[in-house]
Amino acid sequence: MPVIDLANPTRFLNLANRVLPWLAGATLVLFAIGLYRAMGAPDDYQQGATVKIMFLHVPAAWLGMLGWGLMSLAALGTLVWRHPLADVAGKAAAPIGAAFTFICLVTGSLWGRPTWGTYWVWDARLTSVLVLFLLYLGVLALYWTADDPGRGSRAAAVLTLVGAVNLPIIKFSVDWWNTLHQPSSILRMSGSAIDPSILTPLLIMAAAFTLLFFTLHLAAMRNEILRRRVRAMRLMQAQEVHA
Amino acid sequence: MTALLALMLRDMRLAVRAGGGALMGALFFLIVVVMVPFAVGPDLNLLARIGPAILWLGALLASLLALDRLFATDYEDGSLDLLMMAPMPLELAVAAKAIAHWLTTGLPLVLIAPLLGLMLNVELNATGALMLTLLAGTPALTFIGLIGAALSVALRRGGLLLAVLVLPLTIPVLIFGVAAAEAAIVGPAPFGPAFTILCALSLMSFVLGPFAAAAALRYGLE
Repeated sequence: MPVIDLANPTRFLNLANRVLPWLAGATLVLFAIGLYRAMGAPDDYQQGATVKIMFLHVPAAWLGMLGWGLMSLAALGTLVWRHPLADVAGKAAAPIGAAFTFICLVTGSLWGRPTWGTYWVWDARLTSVLVLFLLYLGVLALYWTADDPGRGSRAAAVLTLVGAVNLPIIKFSVDWWNTLHQPSSILRMSGSAIDPSILTPLLIMAAAFTLLFFTLHLAAMRNEILRRRVRAMRLMQAQEVHA
Repeated sequence: MTALLALMLRDMRLAVRAGGGALMGALFFLIVVVMVPFAVGPDLNLLARIGPAILWLGALLASLLALDRLFATDYEDGSLDLLMMAPMPLELAVAAKAIAHWLTTGLPLVLIAPLLGLMLNVELNATGALMLTLLAGTPALTFIGLIGAALSVALRRGGLLLAVLVLPLTIPVLIFGVAAAEAAIVGPAPFGPAFTILCALSLMSFVLGPFAAAAALRYGLE
């Protein structure tokens, strides 16, 4: 089905209703396999069982970034092609991406306590995720303050694209800032080969989380369309009462 | 070109003559810097060490404070609609307004910075370098803030929303501004790299800011 057909909300709703149960089912199956394998994975020789936090933490970090990527694509769709669904997709992705970024921060902080001895350090990686979270909150704030959904989503689309241009710069400048002040960072991931016994469950969990993201996103898009219909109907009703 | 010049002159006249908007930012900057020693104590060594950071943070907040006047007054009296209908590209008009805004609110901050540096025990021979970093960095703050100002006027909400949107985007400017200033004062890192990156950030926001702001105005006020 070409993308242009999906501009019709009813067609999209039909498709979403058909796809959603399958997507949710696949998510459940993958989570079952992933969690089983993750629990069976060997403990780290230094960190013990706390390394299991990784199975939650790393996918959340990936999805936090994927969320912004998706929003940027949706923003292009809103501003360039004016695709009616793009605007719904962007709005639906924002809270989900923010939630995953938040999960990444919280699990990272809980993981940091036993391994580094502190909940928070101003490490470059942590700081750039925190800034990503702040940018998400900015976009959400834009949606909250807009009284007209169309106006709000166009403003948010502009902000999302500006953020997409700025994110690499922020990441790079935070790296620079950190290396200036705090030599040799605590967290190292310099391509060190993770053992397959941990890597495979991690990849399965990442796939499961990605499916979860898309399930939630599709459901949120459906809800947003329904919410807009309710709003339109209320407005029409109000007009009738007025007349 | 004459239209842009006229627009710039009009904005500067308005900023200087009406409501004291231009000097308010500099006054705010002064007060913020004066508050810091009350918070951290009058230890001159400590103040000298965190001086560049305080000056940069103060300049950031002061330029943020003035931003919501950038479009709000024009929106209220309808001249923003005229600007959008005018034959000149909206991007250029927005850029002209931003330049006028920087000349009336950013430049005073740069000019009083040496005085404030003196109060924070920043070394006298580094004051020139400190001013130079502010001179190179504050345009970036204005042009990034331009986007936030356009977004918040399009949504008819000002104040806090503007700060929430703009502040995260100004992190690189703050980092490289303070890095360059510290390099000039205490070293050991060379002044050049951080300063050139700061200039690059300003130039980039000079290109990106007007386009994003014009898009925000167009989509928001249509």
